[in-house]
This record gives sequence, structure tokens and C-alpha cells, in this order.
Amino acid sequence: MTGVLPVALDEATKVIQALLKAGKEYVGVMKLHGEVDEDRVREAFSEFQGKIYQKPPLRSSVKRVIRIRTIYYLNVLEIEDRNVLFQVGCEAGTYIRKLIYDIGKALGCGAHMQELRRIRAGPFTENEKMVTLHDMLYLYTRWRETSDIRMLRRFILPMEKALELLPKIYIRDSAVDAICHGAHLTVPGITHIEAGIKPNDTVAILTLKGEAVALGKALASTEEILKAAYGIVVKTERVLMPRGTYPKLWR
Amino acid sequence: MEGIKAPWDVKRELLTKSEDETDPNYGCNPEERPYPDLIRFGIINLDKPPGPSSHEVTAWVKRILNIEHAGHGGTLEPNLLGRVGVEIPR
Repeated sequence: MTGVLPVALDEATKVIQALLKAGKEYVGVMKLHGEVDEDRVREAFSEFQGKIYQKPPLRSSVKRVIRIRTIYYLNVLEIEDRNVLFQVGCEAGTYIRKLIYDIGKALGCGAHMQELRRIRAGPFTENEKMVTLHDMLYLYTRWRETSDIRMLRRFILPMEKALELLPKIYIRDSAVDAICHGAHLTVPGITHIEAGIKPNDTVAILTLKGEAVALGKALASTEEILKAAYGIVVKTERVLMPRGTYPKLWR
Repeated sequence: MEGIKAPWDVKRELLTKSEDETDPNYGCNPEERPYPDLIRFGIINLDKPPGPSSHEVTAWVKRILNIEHAGHGGTLEPNLLGRVGVEIPR
């Protein structure tokens, strides 16, 4: 398989957990094992949208128990003979090879996945600063030769990009270093908050400059946090910013 | 079909709890990080080639950029002609 593979560097490896839970998009080719009417293929594809049951394949890294996954959309792009070109948007942990196998079974004739390319992993898409290994080697070498930092910026994105799809809470400078030391976020530290946060949601805690401070679990909703005057509202789970980046204004 | 919105289609409004300013003497706008922090806190949107595993590709990135750690988000199994994709466990 080819396509979008975000690779985090050094300190940024801590943001990977946010990406593992992020939704994905793929384009692929399904190979049917028999003649099937086009309309039936399209119908079968539409039936596999929404919540589906999926048993992880034999060769997988998780326990093989049936689990529910959400297919946001599943479109047939083109059908030619027994080849079906499709595009899918799905929840993390969906096995596309298995999904295609299951659709083949539902059609009666059977099918397998011929080819697959990932076009999105969370906030990372094919269209935004994607590079091949060759591009990367070229740009890195150019930077070594010229010291032109724009060469690095052409392929290295700030780790904050990985948090783009998470709900965000912005905090004031004076609250930053305590969070870096593992403290939980309390109401007075908050300056801005995104709408729609519910208890237990994973949230990104950011500085007013937009730097990632930590990932945490919300203990209250946006409405509750806006109304509150004090109290812990986010449990810090993963600190992303080194201690001492901001002054220590707490005891 | 019932509509379950994909996370990338969800728009969230930013609400203000209280205004404050940030001190330019500390931290840095992520888009303007100088070297070496640019690499240290960086992430690459790589187009994985079909042959090698995600782990191998990540190891190459590490070697090319001469850094200590690298990790990838979401494994893509390799494509091996004539064989079914073989997953290499970590």
C-alpha cells in the first residue's frame, strides 16, 4: 500500500497517539471474483456505510473480536469489468482489505482488494505538503548545502499540524509551565475554548501562540467550562512541550 | 444513508473565556520555529512507496535526517508482488 504516512521526528513522536485514533481516507481497487450487475455493486457499497461490524483479519495486531467501526462514506468511483475503483472515509482501525472481502461475500461472488492508497490520515492529506523519500532527501541535501531553511520548511511541518482535528483549548502564558510539569488544567488558565467539547473527549491544550502544550481528557463540556470560575477541567495525559519553555509562575 | 460526519468535515467555533496576551520572549509561533527545533518538533507528510514496510520507511527517514527518534502514525502494510501483505511486528 502507498500513500499518506505521517512520520513524526524526535520530540514530535509524542503526537503520534493522536494520529493513531484519527480517521482515514483511501482510494482502492476491488477485484470481483465473478460477474455482478453494476447496480448491485453500488447497492452493496452503500449498505456498508455507517456503523459496520468487523472482525479483524488473522494477520492483525489486535485481538480478533468483532468490533464496530464507522464508515463515513463509501463511494464507487468507476467500474470496469471486474474492477471496482472506490473511495472510503473511515474510523481509525478499520481494515479495508476485510471490508472489501466482506462486500464480496455480500455480493455472493467474492472479491479481494487489488490495490490501496491512503489519501488521508487525520489532518494529513495527499494535497498538502506531501513528499516522497526522494523529495525529502533532495530538500534536506539542498538545505545542508545552502543553509536555506525554506528547504526544510517545504517538507517539515510543525507537530501542531497533527492536532488540527482535535478540539482545542488555549491557555495563558502563566498556566503553561505547570501543565508541562504534569499539572491538570484549571479554569483560570483558559483564554479560549472550542465549542462542542464533551466530557471524556481528547483535547489539545495550546498556548496563545498556537504551540502544543499537552493532550488531555476533558472532564467537563464547553458550556460547563465557560460558566465555571474554578476547578480542574482537563486531565493532562501527554505533555508535548518541554519544561521551562515558558517561565515558572506557579509554586 | 444516515449521515455520520467525518471528523475532517466538523467545524468548531472558537469561544473566548477571557482575553490575555502572550509574551513574545517565550516560546515561538510553530510556523516560525528555527533550526534545530524545526526538526525536533516536526512531522513529515510522507508518500509511502509500495515495497517497504512503514517501519522500514520510518527508519530511513531517521537515517536521512540524522535524528534519534522517529515514529509513524497508522501503519500501511507493504505490497509484495506475488505474496499477500506481510505485517512486520514492532
